[in-house]
Amino acid sequence: MAEPLRAETDVLVIGSGAAGMYAAIEAARAGCQVMLVDRSLIGRGGATVMAQMTVAVALGSEAPDHWSYHYHDTLTAGRGLCNESLAQLLCEEGPACIQEMDAWGVGWARNDGRITAAFAPGHDRPRCVYVDFLNTGPAVSKTLRSVVNKTASISRSGDLCVVDLTKNDGVVTGAVAWHIGSGATVVISAKATIVATGGLTRLYRRNSGSANTGGDGYALCLRAGAPLIDMEFVQFFPIGHLAPRLIGMDPIMWDPFRYKLGGRLLNNRMEEFTQNYGVAEDGKYIITRDVGTYAILKEVEAGRGSPHGGAYLSFQHCSEATLREAFGPVIDRLAKNHIDLTRMPIEVAPIAHYHMGGVAANARMETEIPGLLVAGEAAGGANGANRLSGNAITEAFVFGRQAGRSAAARAKVMGTPSPHDVSETLDLLRGEDRQDTPNTAEMLETLQAIMADDVGPLRTKTTLERALARIDQLDVALGARPFGTNKSFDMARLDWLDLRNMLMVARVVAQAALLRTESRGAHQREDLPGMLPAWRTNQVARLKDGCIEILRMPVMPIEIAAQ
Amino acid sequence: MSKTATLKIWRGLDKTAGHFESFEVPYEPGQSVLDGLRWIRVHKDPTLAFRYSCINANACKECMMEIDGETIYACTTRLQPRTMTLEPLGKKILVRDLVTEIAPPQERLRLK
Repeated sequence: MAEPLRAETDVLVIGSGAAGMYAAIEAARAGCQVMLVDRSLIGRGGATVMAQMTVAVALGSEAPDHWSYHYHDTLTAGRGLCNESLAQLLCEEGPACIQEMDAWGVGWARNDGRITAAFAPGHDRPRCVYVDFLNTGPAVSKTLRSVVNKTASISRSGDLCVVDLTKNDGVVTGAVAWHIGSGATVVISAKATIVATGGLTRLYRRNSGSANTGGDGYALCLRAGAPLIDMEFVQFFPIGHLAPRLIGMDPIMWDPFRYKLGGRLLNNRMEEFTQNYGVAEDGKYIITRDVGTYAILKEVEAGRGSPHGGAYLSFQHCSEATLREAFGPVIDRLAKNHIDLTRMPIEVAPIAHYHMGGVAANARMETEIPGLLVAGEAAGGANGANRLSGNAITEAFVFGRQAGRSAAARAKVMGTPSPHDVSETLDLLRGEDRQDTPNTAEMLETLQAIMADDVGPLRTKTTLERALARIDQLDVALGARPFGTNKSFDMARLDWLDLRNMLMVARVVAQAALLRTESRGAHQREDLPGMLPAWRTNQVARLKDGCIEILRMPVMPIEIAAQ
Repeated sequence: MSKTATLKIWRGLDKTAGHFESFEVPYEPGQSVLDGLRWIRVHKDPTLAFRYSCINANACKECMMEIDGETIYACTTRLQPRTMTLEPLGKKILVRDLVTEIAPPQERLRLK
């Protein structure tokens, strides 16, 4: 093959959602050269652009608040499993990042000049700032992207898919990437590397993420020797749009409607049901995501689901004027999809939304491996067994900023890493065109079906064991050598590289779920209902001799983590 | 008989040496052209190249192409039970099939 292209930088940031862009800005501000890469386009993919509304932060601009109240709510939602030092970082530094975003012109909604906050389930007071009811994520992406654009010391490359992290003497020294646009191989040397690749929603058939959030950062870190934590906790968003068919709208768009107008969740008898699962809503939106998901799936199981297998969500109690006042042009977009909320309920069902688990890190966002840091959703532990509404964008800012700082501090005292042996990854990327390879897009769809059907919010030993067996079969079909070629935008090759990561991550999720013999938060074992005190413990996964090894680790109290 | 849509898609790595290839796609009312393209990859040809990141949410703005001569997003264009012609953006550098270089120059791989 042609000689690989080479690049050298102080700090390499992988992923250009809010966490990656904030990290890049912070590292550059500390005087570093930064290379920001994304497998999609810069600042357009990932989960950030899909965020609809809420960003949780104890700003106290309208009514008194303090980060310790936000912290308390975060720990409560996490059902005893939060990494307290990460949760504290999120809550304590949230306000500073929100203010900085404000100074950068994101345009938080205001009331009489003060940044206004909405109430969201699980919070003890209105605490969620937003830009526009359906536009917070795109506004956040755009703002950070323009700050990145103005920062001369950040070089950027989209269409660059990182294949492996590189190591020398136990230290991460950069990465080998495949440039999707040209098919070229690129070897990047970096004094510090930040993984900000988001979560794993793409593992599931119905998801609210982007097509590029397939857990690749988890697999990169596992192969580099870093442990993952809490991988069994996949958050499903209870009211993802199900029917009628809707295009041009985010599937989690009903969240802002519920914040503003309440709405009624109904079964096929047109009766409210959440009170049977411990939460009587009475027209207010107060049910947390884990309980909402459980309640809807149980109604479906009992034969009381809506025609497409979910629940009804009704705003028929609202007049047309009320709806229009609250959502203006969105009502016209719904009309184009033949949806008139004054006349009909829509159908909603749980949809894979976020991953509480991720790469284990300390409060400096350093992983166990020197030179390797993590930021945003890719980091695990802050949200325990269930995440509060609004904490995802906040953690992207705060963890991104901290990772950028820590990476810069390291880069300043490190020499350029010595040349590392990248022959194994280069060999993997050698061009070859194999005939009669399986359809990679079909394999991806099969994996999404396995995860949705057998490793979804409700699991049993039987479904998890079946999933693991089927993941084994896919692994065999994938083999050890990539499909496709080194030509531009070879989708078979890209899918192969994605499946290599996705199958590994899917296996970790299923294995961790099988080992956790209780139900807690987003992990509901139908064969083992109820939380067990003995299971107030995290599970940590590592790659050992090609196999996933999962061990229990006591939840780390904050006073110990701080040492 | 169930209805189908025919997507007539420009394929190739070189603007001067491409060809059109037609795929029959099952038609369901309400689907987007992006749904049709994703169906083709799973059921007919996984090598078909087009950009998308978000799925039908019109958030990533990556799936812009020429549909029946009009520059438009595949995720907000309805699939129709007829022949629809899909081409890469004519004014952008071609990468492959329906993929063009749409990133600003400073956001592309540039190594000194």
